Amino acid sequence: MTGPRDQFKPADHPNDHFLLTTVVGSYPKPKWHDRARELFEDEDADFDEEQWEEAKDDASRLITHEHERSGLDVICDGEMRRNEMVEYFAHRIDGYEFNGRVKVWGHNYFDKPSVADEVEYGEQWLVEEFEFTDEVAERPVKVPITGPYTLANWSFNEVYDSEEQLAYELAELVNEEIEALVEAGARYIQIDEPALATTPDDHAIVGECLERIVDEIPDDVRLGLHVCYGDYSRIYPEILDYPVHEYDLELANGDYDQLDVFKEHEFTKDFAMGVVDAHVAEVESVEEIKENIKKGLEVVPPERLTVSPDCGVKLLPRDVAYGKMENMVQAAREIEEELDAGEIDVVASGAEARADD
Amino acid sequence: MTQVVATTPGLFPLPDWAKDELSDLKGHQKTDLVSGDESGAIVEAYDEVRAEVVARQQNAGLDRIVEGQLRWDDMLAHPLAVHDSVETKGIVRYYDNNNFYREPVVQDDLSADGGDVAADLGAAADLVDEGLQAVLPGPYSLADLATDEHYGDEAAFLDAVADFLVEEVKSFPDVETLFLLEPSLVENAPADGEDERAAEAIDAVASAADAEVVAHTYWGAIEEKAYAHLMDADVDAIGFDLVANHDQNVYNVQEYGTKDDVALGVVDGQNTLVESPETIRDRIDWFEQQTNNAYDTVYATANTELFYLPVNKFEDKLDALANAADLEAAEA
Repeated sequence: MTGPRDQFKPADHPNDHFLLTTVVGSYPKPKWHDRARELFEDEDADFDEEQWEEAKDDASRLITHEHERSGLDVICDGEMRRNEMVEYFAHRIDGYEFNGRVKVWGHNYFDKPSVADEVEYGEQWLVEEFEFTDEVAERPVKVPITGPYTLANWSFNEVYDSEEQLAYELAELVNEEIEALVEAGARYIQIDEPALATTPDDHAIVGECLERIVDEIPDDVRLGLHVCYGDYSRIYPEILDYPVHEYDLELANGDYDQLDVFKEHEFTKDFAMGVVDAHVAEVESVEEIKENIKKGLEVVPPERLTVSPDCGVKLLPRDVAYGKMENMVQAAREIEEELDAGEIDVVASGAEARADD
Repeated sequence: MTQVVATTPGLFPLPDWAKDELSDLKGHQKTDLVSGDESGAIVEAYDEVRAEVVARQQNAGLDRIVEGQLRWDDMLAHPLAVHDSVETKGIVRYYDNNNFYREPVVQDDLSADGGDVAADLGAAADLVDEGLQAVLPGPYSLADLATDEHYGDEAAFLDAVADFLVEEVKSFPDVETLFLLEPSLVENAPADGEDERAAEAIDAVASAADAEVVAHTYWGAIEEKAYAHLMDADVDAIGFDLVANHDQNVYNVQEYGTKDDVALGVVDGQNTLVESPETIRDRIDWFEQQTNNAYDTVYATANTELFYLPVNKFEDKLDALANAADLEAAEA
């Protein structure tokens, strides 16, 4: 399956070809938003829950519109309501507790949660975030959600016999959340599994998690999987069997040194390729990004190529993050024009791939 | 009668106040990590935090007191990361964990320039009347964590790392016990020939120490042949990770025997679930039964370093280990 993609093509799309442009998820928070959080967490400050909720709404609206202004086809709110990709969810899942920070490296720490009781669906995770973003957005909204394998792998497990079992239990909860998101109107869900890159031998566990996640999710919902910063040769082509439409992969960071991995075995799904680096604080030029996009066309035909940054861009200065998106969209539109004009030879064959679907 | 000695492999988490204070003083980037020539407020902060963790171990009632290795930003790679002949490069993954250290690249002779670990240990010695325990990476693991651009030969490099550790051990103050941490024996198993050299390197470092020496392995069990070679090293005990793989470790001991003393990783250094003293005691008893042996000394320890844990659970585990040793004494 290569997925229900046409629904994301804007009615006024200028070219015959359509390279879907989107983002991975996180975006730099406005400085005033950080300040609002500090005030909310400061017991002495006169800043209550209602004001904090308003600050989050304002940030979400602002960044949603900022994404739209850059010209992206599918947008999100830059995860303005989320603090971190595991903590945010662990706070909402019954069974988790927090004991304090642990070292990642140097003086960089992470409030690694513990599963201290059986995990159960508690309060909603992302439905309110989606509904708000969808309400203020003109463009379609993508929902990034941390996958169960990463939620399990980046937690202490005090309860379950194995991390695998915990991951499957969490997969049921992710399935429940995605069902609620779909009910609320979401049509593009991206499951983030960065932990897969660090423990590639577990790709079968991630596959089993995904089978549970997609259970009873309607066919017109586009499902993506984001993986980053790993040795892809250890998970590809095995991951092509996962029940998702699209793989969103970081490749610009390594200057496409792993691109050949995806050419050795035909890429039978949609390929969402990182075309700008999320950890270099310089905006790549339109020309440079166009060259990167052409590398994607060596792997899949245009109708199966999605254009996105390597990863969440929250660590970049905000103007740089915006510049990258704007140039990325510009580059995609120019490539589309050149494809329309027959100026680009598409190496990857679409016809053969479709025969496998 | 077996004596149960409660201890740890060191490398403690920084108390939360010190996480904040030291990150403010030092910064968050890889160039901000310890270089071995810190001064002023940073040294004072480490002195304060060392005194705190020494006191915490004493309050818990542990039989061996470690310095805490709180300065070891690069975990077991620390002794090389601060060496003058070593340049630290990019951030690389620390074994199979979501932790990273600066890759130490050895660019010149490793002789001389020791004493970093000894200096910290000396500061701890001022606070500990009895039971001081030194902690070092074993030579095989330290060589495994580093990159050699100087010696050009694996065997020569391992020898050089062992010689460097020998010099470090010779400059130690009086210590009761030395733990040599050798996770690489499991995680990056030595090939044929290499296993014998690894054991010889451990023997060299152990022989330099005027203390009981434990060669502690973790994250599983080492392969049979490497274990057989390790038995030839003149250490007082070999450490086994019963949390990660108790069956294979028991098998090694059943097949090849072990030293008169043994160290048992009976507390999980990477999970917040706190073992009860009774559970710890049961694990020790189980190992003794399975190996059909009464050991002179059983070092009851966490299987891994403890920096993976949040502070509250880390402290609970120190208490549990100490209480487990007392429990045994009460029943004796």
